[in-house]
Amino acid sequence: MSSGAVDPPPAAQAPLVRASAQPVTHRRLLALAVMWALLLLAPYWMPSLGGYTALGTRVLTLGLAAMSVNFLLGFTGVLSFGHAAYFGLGAYGAGFALKFLAPSTPLALVCGTLLGGVFGALLGALVVRLRGVYFAMVTIAFGQVFYYVAFQWSSVTGGDDGLRGFSRQPLHIGATTIDILSDPNAFYYFVLLCLALAVGLMGFILRSPFGRTMIAIRENRRRAQFLGIPVDRHIWIAFTLSCFFMAFAGSIYALVNNFADPRGLHYTQSGDFVMMAVMGGMRSFWGPLLGAVIFVVLQDYLSSITINWMSFVGMLFVAIVLFFPRGLLGFVRGGNSE
Amino acid sequence: MTQLLLYNVTNGLIIGAFYVLMALGLSLILNLSNVINFAHGGFLVIGGYIAFAITPYVGFWGALIVAPTLTALIGLAVERGLIRPLYGRDPLYSLLLTFGLAFIIEDGTRFIWGAQGKPVTIPAVLAQPLSTELFFLTGYRVFMVATVAVVVGLLFALLRYTRLGIRIRAGTLDLETVSALGINVGRLRALNFGLGIFLAGLSGVLAAGQLGLEPTMGAGVLMPSFIAIIVGGVGSLTGTLLGGLLIGLASGVTAVFLPAASEAIMYVLMAVVLLIRPRGLLGEEGMLT
Repeated sequence: MSSGAVDPPPAAQAPLVRASAQPVTHRRLLALAVMWALLLLAPYWMPSLGGYTALGTRVLTLGLAAMSVNFLLGFTGVLSFGHAAYFGLGAYGAGFALKFLAPSTPLALVCGTLLGGVFGALLGALVVRLRGVYFAMVTIAFGQVFYYVAFQWSSVTGGDDGLRGFSRQPLHIGATTIDILSDPNAFYYFVLLCLALAVGLMGFILRSPFGRTMIAIRENRRRAQFLGIPVDRHIWIAFTLSCFFMAFAGSIYALVNNFADPRGLHYTQSGDFVMMAVMGGMRSFWGPLLGAVIFVVLQDYLSSITINWMSFVGMLFVAIVLFFPRGLLGFVRGGNSE
Repeated sequence: MTQLLLYNVTNGLIIGAFYVLMALGLSLILNLSNVINFAHGGFLVIGGYIAFAITPYVGFWGALIVAPTLTALIGLAVERGLIRPLYGRDPLYSLLLTFGLAFIIEDGTRFIWGAQGKPVTIPAVLAQPLSTELFFLTGYRVFMVATVAVVVGLLFALLRYTRLGIRIRAGTLDLETVSALGINVGRLRALNFGLGIFLAGLSGVLAAGQLGLEPTMGAGVLMPSFIAIIVGGVGSLTGTLLGGLLIGLASGVTAVFLPAASEAIMYVLMAVVLLIRPRGLLGEEGMLT
């Protein structure tokens, strides 16, 4: 099959990404302000809706992961379906650092991010020449390698039980100590700060000439190649960056749970992340975060009321793909056609 | 030691035969329709459970024919209702849809038949070991490999000599031209999908006779099938055949020396192939770009 069949036909292509290309309008500023206000005040309004702060923290972390997946999927158009591996590696990296190196939260974040990111860079170099569905298949299969390692090598990783025996540590900034371990609100704000930093960096990259090139590659890979853009290298860099973001989210997740789970590396987890991105809207910058909110809350709710929640999640996948392929934000912004 | 090695080599070949059957079905669908069928393992489970349900009425031999056929019919319905609307869209969507479908199938079989394993009775004639020397070589194991060999032979003959097979192969190379020549591409894709699902259903029946049934058994075969396709080379069914046997054998042999790595060896093999020959053993140049 030629690559022409993999690229969407020109008529089906959506206009350039709005999140970064659109001029800043008042409506957009307002939406952003509302979003940040909701996020900042979440510990105060969530309990009245039946939520709890720890759920909010989880949503933020998984939302960051979904945005990292979308950095590659939505903005470079590269279908990686094994990103949970780097998320999980980040979690294990953070866990190892806390357990064996030193009881320091920032160190754990750095170690986790490095572990996942470096492996992402290595594997990315191996798969970057593949395209479309084949790229997806190989990334899925490679992702499973780490799952098997974590699962089998139980003397180091704790095997099926996961890596236990560590916990996040209070932050020491100068003379003050912020107790993110026992104060859920303090930890929520810490995670929100991490999210803000990572997302700010993501936005900065997407606005840079490099980010523009990523979008050009998504829109028309062949034309980008004709312009003399080293497409493979750009995809590799985008893949690597996305893995670093992913690993960062993963290391935060280890802090959230005080535990690293081998199932966090499994391809079903990758599927969840991609689903969050699609559900919220792949072509929009904030869509995956919205998708994560809905997905996590729904899953939390479904698994509490029925043992058949897997079927419901499956039906959700099917329904979203068939009826809302552009996701919620894509739907809100007009039309639902391809 | 020789006994052990021989035992594991045969084991590897039998597992490899399974992978081949699954991977060929996946490969057919992938090559023609550009759909990664994540629910392929789910269809294996459906085939197995249908066999379990109908064996009391039609016997094992009947189930061997009927169960894959019924599975293929279910597959055709799924293709018609859910996957057909997604052709021509980003392959991400069909991937996600079949991913969700796999969830539904696993949960659904658990709902209907329970999470406990279910046995499928095989004819007594197949349950006997063939000789006391090679105690592990039961009739059923030989029968499985023979069945896979016959079915693969039939599949290749179908693709080579029948009109449908030639159209499928032509469509794999250039679907647009095939369509322009007046062939109903929608029907071609549907038949091709049904054929792939038939193979999955057959694997399910064969697996059920050997291992019994569990709702989660489909997920375990999916990754090796992917690897078989990648190792063998995308676009080449002969490559898929080779890849499946190779990884089955490799994991069988590794099980002798380092049991914990018997699964990991497949991934190592895949990494090596991708490093040295990214298009896979028999993959055609240009398939990947």
